[in-house]
Order: sequence, then C-alpha cells, then structure tokens
Amino acid sequence: MEMLSILIPVSLGLGTAGLVAFIWALRSRQFEDPKGDAERILSDKWDDRPKPD
Amino acid sequence: MADLTASGFSACPACDAAPLAQRLADRAEVAQGTVILSLPTAHCATCITDVETALTAHPGVRNARVNLTLRRVTVEAPGLAADDLIPVLARVGYEAHELDPDALSATTADRQGRDLLMRIGVSGFAMMNIMILSVAVWSGAESATRDLFHWISGAIALPTVFFAGQPFFRSAWAAIRVGRLGMDVPISLALILASAISVYETMESGHHAYFDAAAMLCFFLLIGRYLDHRTRAIARSAAAELTALEVPRAALLVDGAEQTVPVASLRPGDLIRVRPGARIPADGEIVEGRSEIDRALLTGETLPVLAQPGQMLSAGEVNLTGPLTLRVTAAGRDSSLARLTTLVEAAEAARGRYTSLAERASRLYSPSVHLMALCSFAGWMWMTGDLRLAVNIAAAVLIVTCPCALGLAVPAVATAASGRLFRRGLLIKDGTALERLAEVDTVVFDKTGTLTLGRPTLVSDDPLPADLRPVARALAQASAHPLSVALAAALTDEPAELSEVTEHPGFGVSARWGGRPVRLGRADWLGVSDHEDRPTSATWLAVERQAPVRLEFTDELRPGAADCVARLRKAGLRVLLISGDRPAAVADLAARLGIDDHRAAVDPQGKEAMVADLAAQGGHVLMVGDGLNDTAALARAHASISPASALDAARVASDMVLTGSDLVPVAEAVALARLATRRIRQNFAISIAYNIVAVPLAVAGMVTPLIAALAMSLSSITVTLNALRLRD
Repeated sequence: MEMLSILIPVSLGLGTAGLVAFIWALRSRQFEDPKGDAERILSDKWDDRPKPD
Repeated sequence: MADLTASGFSACPACDAAPLAQRLADRAEVAQGTVILSLPTAHCATCITDVETALTAHPGVRNARVNLTLRRVTVEAPGLAADDLIPVLARVGYEAHELDPDALSATTADRQGRDLLMRIGVSGFAMMNIMILSVAVWSGAESATRDLFHWISGAIALPTVFFAGQPFFRSAWAAIRVGRLGMDVPISLALILASAISVYETMESGHHAYFDAAAMLCFFLLIGRYLDHRTRAIARSAAAELTALEVPRAALLVDGAEQTVPVASLRPGDLIRVRPGARIPADGEIVEGRSEIDRALLTGETLPVLAQPGQMLSAGEVNLTGPLTLRVTAAGRDSSLARLTTLVEAAEAARGRYTSLAERASRLYSPSVHLMALCSFAGWMWMTGDLRLAVNIAAAVLIVTCPCALGLAVPAVATAASGRLFRRGLLIKDGTALERLAEVDTVVFDKTGTLTLGRPTLVSDDPLPADLRPVARALAQASAHPLSVALAAALTDEPAELSEVTEHPGFGVSARWGGRPVRLGRADWLGVSDHEDRPTSATWLAVERQAPVRLEFTDELRPGAADCVARLRKAGLRVLLISGDRPAAVADLAARLGIDDHRAAVDPQGKEAMVADLAAQGGHVLMVGDGLNDTAALARAHASISPASALDAARVASDMVLTGSDLVPVAEAVALARLATRRIRQNFAISIAYNIVAVPLAVAGMVTPLIAALAMSLSSITVTLNALRLRD
C-alpha cells in the first residue's frame, strides 16, 4: 500500500502534464485551422522549420 | 440599394438608414490594420502557398495567413483596403470577397468556442483521473484506502465542477430568473446535488461517492454544447460572409455636378445619375437619357425593357446600355423595395416560429425529471424516514436521467449533416433549417436565375452567314448589353474592321463596314417585325442590301437543374415553377424540365400568396429562388434555398444558400435532411430506452456509481456513433 503514495502523485502529475499541454495548445491557437495544418505539411515552403506567424 | 435592404431584411426590416450608417462606421474601423477575406475556392496545400505568396509579395502587406477550415485569409496590411488585395488574388486565380464587420463577432464566437474547449479539456482530465481511483473503489478498496481515494477524487472533482459547470449554472440561473425550467436546471441540480452528497458521504466514510459521475456529466454535456456552438458559429459566419459588401451609394446631381452620397440620404425630387451597368438606387422618373433596363431580379423577366424619358423605374432594376438621369420619386422607406420589405416582414410573421425537436424534447424532459426526483425523495422519506438515503436516491435519479445522450442527440447529428452539406456546396444559415427541410413535400422553383443561370446564350450561329460573322462579333463587342455580350462570347471569328461605331441606348449598335451601314439591335429599330410570344429572346443583324438576320438567344439552364427536378419528383415531392416571366418562356422551360405545374407572369405578392395557399392546404413548401420578387415567398415558405448569385436580400431571407452553381445539392439536401431527422429521432429513442432501464433502478435505490457511470458513457457513445453514420 505504500506504493500508493508514489503512484497516485505520479498518475496525477502525468494527467496534469497532459492538461497543461492541452491548455498550451489551445492558447497558442493550434486548434484554429486543423484542415489547413493538415495540408501545410505537404508544402515544401517551410520544410525545415515552422512558418513564423 | 440592394445592400440597404439586406441590412433591413436581416435585423429590422423597417429601419434602413441608421443601422447602415452604423455599419459603414464599423467597417472603417475594421479596415485599419487587418483585412479578412473569404476564399470560397481555396481547398489544398497549393492554394495556401499561392495565396500567401501572392499577398506577402504585395507591397504594404506585412503578413498573410490562410485558414483553410474557415476558407478565409487574414491579411495584416496597414493602410491597405480589401479593394487593393482582391485584385492581387484575382491575378493568381483566386476568387476573394471582403468579409463585413460581422466577422468581428465571429472572433468572439471563436473565443467562446475556445472557452468551451478548455472546459472540455479540464473535465476530461478530471474524469479520467477520478475514474482511475473509482475503479479501485469499485473493485473493492476498503475503509481508509477508500476514504483516501474519495478525498482525492473530491479534491479533483469540486474545482472541476465549479469551473466546467459554469455554462450550465449560468444558463440555469438565467432560466430560473424568468421562471422557466430549461434543460440546464436539472443538469445544474444534478451536478450540485451529486457533489454535495459525495462530500457528505466521504466525510461520513460512506460506500458511494458520485464524484466521477459529476465530472463525466460535465465532460459529455460540454461536448454536446461545443458541437451545438460550432454549428451555430459556422451558420453565423456563413451568413456574415454572404452579406455583400458593395456600399449602397448614389450619384447625386447638384447644380450639374455629380456627388457620391449614401442611398439613405436621397430625398424625393433629387436628381440622380445612373451609369450603364449600375443598379437603380431609388424609385424615379427618367428625365434624360435612353437605355434598356434589366428587371430580372425584380420581376423575373428575362427580356430587357426599353427605358426613355417620362418612364418610371423601380429601385433594384439594372440600367444596361445608356446613362440615365432620374428624378427621385420615392426613396428609403417609401420606395417599392421598402414595400417589398414590408411584405417580407409580414410573410415572416405569418410563418411563425418553428419549434425544434430538441426544444420539444426538453419541454417534456425537465418537468418530468424534477417530478421523478421529487417523488423518489418523498417516497423513500415516507417509507424509511432516512433523510440521507432519500437524498442519495434523489441524486441518483437526477444523475441517471441526466440528458447526456439527449444533449448530444441533436448537436452530433446537426454537426455531421451540416458538415456533409457544406462539402456538397450548401451553407445552412438557420439552426432549425434541416428539420424544416425534412418536412417539405412541395418544392417551388423560380425560373430566371434559379433554374436558369439568368444569362442569355446564343441558341445557334447557323442563321448567320459566314461572311457576316466577323461583323456581328465586332458590333457585339461594342456594347455591354447582355445579348451583345452573349453574342460576342459565342462567336470565335476575328472581329471585322468597323468605323463610326455608335451605341444607340435602348436600340442597338450601328457602324460602317467598308462603307456599308450595319446595325445590330432591336427588331423595331431595324424595321422588321418580331414574334413576341416566342420562348426565346432575339436580336437582329442588318447589313445594307442583305436580309436582316434573326439571332435567337435562350436562357441557359443551370447545371444539374434537370437532374435536381427529376430527383425531387422521384422522391415523391410536388414540383412547381412560378415565375414572373412571359408565359411562353416559362412553358418552354417547364417542358424541358418535365414540370407540369407552372405559372407565369406572377408578381411578388402573387408568389407569396401562392406559397401561403399551398401552406394553407397543408403543404410544407420549399421555396428556391434568387430575385427580389422571390424574397417574400422565400420568407413565407416552410424552408427556403437561394443560389449564391442571388441578390443579398433573397439570400438573407432564405435558410440555406447554394455556394456552387450546380442545383443537384438541393435534391441531396432534402434527402439528407430527412435522414438527419430520422437519426435525431433514433437518438431520442436510444436515450429514452436507456432511461426506461435506468430510472426504475435508480428509483428503487439500486443504482451504484458504477452503474451510473456505465449507463452514462454507453448511451452517449451510442448516440454519437449513430450520428456519425451520417458522414460520407
């Protein structure tokens, strides 16, 4: 049962990390244009790095 | 003028001037810095690159970013207006339209959408983490371990419910304040009661806590809310994109000099100049000039009408060949356009408000849920006298009946269906349009501009001797008259050398060809007699010493028109053709499309009355039309569709807009709407079936948090999967 004191914080921590990542993605507007993003990877114009906004 | 009425049609049909001024002021503000253009034809990676490269290469543009999902481009270009950028895109082959200031409200809609997404994310996180702990409890965690797990769950669930539940609490509070019971009242009650009772149970180290149920409720209901929001936002931005942006202005003559003024400021008695190709801004009498007038959008007539001094013109008609000076007789609210607007207003009132399936369901749902919860509370209190048990059971009833499936039933279907229609080229502007479309049993088509393209084409160049073709082409190129344009486009010969080319507004074009006078124009001008009752329009070519040649034009069928009519008839719908055009032209088209039921020379009031008549006989009418003369009928009909080429007044009055030129999506939309409504009903049936099993268990006190969680997620997933079957 002592394992719980490690496992529970670890699982909560991982979940929180996921949540923070989601909030960051949302805030930086990565869900604004899913169709455009899917097409942009086919363009060789900004092949090496993402296009600066 | 058309714009003026459009703004009137949308919000407040009677007042035009004030909102117009407001809109113009708003637009000036938006124009600074960023310009948003809609790109209806953009669809791939190449399109993105082309548009962005072309725009950023234009001097003054700082940044351009295409959003392919919304099919628009945001351009950061201080000092540049949309009019500077649209030609840039036209040169690389992309059609672009400026978006009006309503685009601003679309960004607030985006903010709302992001806000909902954030709450979905938070509740999803909470739901999954609590579920890990709950599974441990369900599989037999005991005493101290169970209490610890409950406490941790509570620590996650309470802030989540507080944050993610806000949209429900807010709208529930708004409903209670006006004394109504919306869907959100039982939802909020369930969330609060479930959290409160779980906290109490945890403190008393009880066996059951509903923290997972509370988080899960938030998660599923928010998804429904988000889908609903997205459908609405898309509909709203579609409507915003459609409001055309030409500023309604008129050229006022003050002491012989032209001044550009807003149409709203015109007064009766003012003299205005109307150039060829322009729309007539106000009703008036011709003082000077001769021309021909295209009345297609007002009356559905395909043939241009001769206009000369002394004749009365109505706002909305298009001046074709010569400049005209008009004395305004009625402007703004007295004009014939405004009278049409009043007609539309009356028609809309007569149609009444449509109660959607979701509304009807929630009207039944809320009171019955409250009643059931209250009854089980009272019943258990009376039987056992145990307050804790009774409250627990009442909470279980609320949780189990909670409309996860019900909340997803409609939005999931609407999202799938409108997405599919959007890809086929049909924009839905109104939330209940699909449901209304599904009930349609009669389809009324307009002729000019709807079943036809409203564009004349040469029937055949056979009557034209080969040696006269270059002359005909050269004469045709000298005029902007629709028949001339069509003739010039139909002929491929090298135009002949002509001298002394003169356009006689209202009559035709004359010139000299190697010393011989040649003329192209109206029959009466050339001194020949024509048959007015033919279904086609005609122009004549006369060369001295040769017999005049009659050139016949017909209005080209819209692509897919025949297919669309055939499919609708096959689906068992009654198809009618009601037009303002001449009987011969209407009968000819009806015969070509196989429509038996057709009326010609019907005025706007007549169209509306016919639609009202059909409705009075118990029919549900779908009106498809594009002209000003159709707007009242569009507003009166049970459901309405207009093509994108329609006048904006007509597009505003209709529920759906065809983005492409093909008519087939109309027939597909009717079929899909029926399918979508069937799916919605199935979804309601699924959630009711699930309630029939779960509610008696809850009332009997047999529902544990495990059963509640299972039932809730299973029903929501079933409903969503059922909706997804609509996608193509």
